[in-house]
Amino acid sequence: MGAKAVPTRQLVRLRGRSYVAFVFSPVVPIVGWLEEIDATLAHSPGFFVGKPVVLDLSSVDLSQSAISHLVTSLESRNIRVLGIEGVDAAILTMTMPPLLTGGRHCVVPLNKAPKQEVEAKPKPTSLLLESPVRSGQSIIFTDGDVTVLGSVSSGAEIVASGSIHIYGTLRGRAMAGVNGNSAARIYCQRIEAELLAIDGYYQTADQIDETIRNRPAQAWLEGDIMKITPLN
Amino acid sequence: MAKVLVVTSGKGGVGKTTTTAALGAALAQSGQKVVVVDFDVGLRNLDLVMGAERRVVFDLINVVQGVAKLSQALIRDKRLENLWLLPASQTRDKDALTDEGIGSIIAELRTRYDWIICDSPAGIERGAMLAMRYADEAVIVTNPEVSSVRDSDRIIGMLDSKTVKAEKGEQVKKHVLITRYDTARAARGEMLTIEDILEILATPLLGIIPESQDVLRASNVGSPVTLNNAASAPARAYTDAARRLMGETIAMLVPTERKGLMDRLLGRRAAA
Repeated sequence: MGAKAVPTRQLVRLRGRSYVAFVFSPVVPIVGWLEEIDATLAHSPGFFVGKPVVLDLSSVDLSQSAISHLVTSLESRNIRVLGIEGVDAAILTMTMPPLLTGGRHCVVPLNKAPKQEVEAKPKPTSLLLESPVRSGQSIIFTDGDVTVLGSVSSGAEIVASGSIHIYGTLRGRAMAGVNGNSAARIYCQRIEAELLAIDGYYQTADQIDETIRNRPAQAWLEGDIMKITPLN
Repeated sequence: MAKVLVVTSGKGGVGKTTTTAALGAALAQSGQKVVVVDFDVGLRNLDLVMGAERRVVFDLINVVQGVAKLSQALIRDKRLENLWLLPASQTRDKDALTDEGIGSIIAELRTRYDWIICDSPAGIERGAMLAMRYADEAVIVTNPEVSSVRDSDRIIGMLDSKTVKAEKGEQVKKHVLITRYDTARAARGEMLTIEDILEILATPLLGIIPESQDVLRASNVGSPVTLNNAASAPARAYTDAARRLMGETIAMLVPTERKGLMDRLLGRRAAA
């Protein structure tokens, strides 16, 4: 049995992705720092070509024109700046790289050849929650499915890269397949959800058909349309 | 063993201070040594409801800052000799509260009292967080309407994550107390039902307190409702709730409308 109304195609998709970039932290005097960069480039020319570079300006106090000049100087050395962090948003113009926040430290792989890493223990591919998810709580699991033995309250959210299984009432938000997994599904014993999303395609509460409410239901993607069908 | 009980709700105006005073008085009447602590710095009400507002010399902030000793700030109730009050400051704000300061006050109170009832302010900010931080048990006061239930749910989530007990891997024992239960609207089906509330909150029910004019009368004369009019419906419900807190099993009484002949003729209602 299918849903009564066929929802229209979602034109705007919400997606998140994270990337790894090199971070340059210039120090004063800038001219001296650029000379160091030149020395590195003389050593291994083209090292930074094609690699995303972020400028961390938190330890220097540069004016708008100084930042502009620095970006241009790096571009003349074939280093393209992806973004800038550590400055006030107001100081960057529209022609400069955008402001980035929330960067996390990580190890940058320098070898071109992929390393074979033997994992000591296989990572878990599903998360089990044995108590209800309360309002305001946010469960984010990017390694697989999430199963909840209880209800998900209004104002709570579950984000998973796999499917979401709720043995209770879904009153909050459920976002499945967040890393591009369009085969992910959302299952619940009673659907009173505020928002459902699979691989970026979403439906809000008032787009969910009335006849589906308060019954066991599953949500899945057919192409780029989200179908919500009863489970019995 | 001393028990620290926090009376909290998330939403404002649902009956936390009324409940703190009523439960405190009921527990003291049954022989327990009780102290009620007001955590609502800057907007204190517990001293008014307890009728002690003209005897406040030192308060919680003074003790946290070391300006006064605990025994100087504690106020004994004039009607019940094992009921004490630790008032909040009216002139300061919640930024004066510190985790270590509250921790050491609670530790000292544990050596002197059987029950330490913390009256939490509304909201989820510092005052509310500190009130619940050292709690062993919690009473979540909820009105039978949607915004109160959602806020109570949020607070339950915080009790399971932001308390010292939760950080140690133990659980704060939680109870839901439904207050301002309007019997007439319940009869007409205009209110969230008790089953709905318990299904959403998934927490055991401590009691159901009916909406009543007695609560307002009691706070106006500065007396907990269980002392002011012990025979009234809310007082009896609070007394049952206090006994359940002490471990007794008492059948839950859902308040219903009770109309006498004259009331029916004249169209009046009384909550039973």
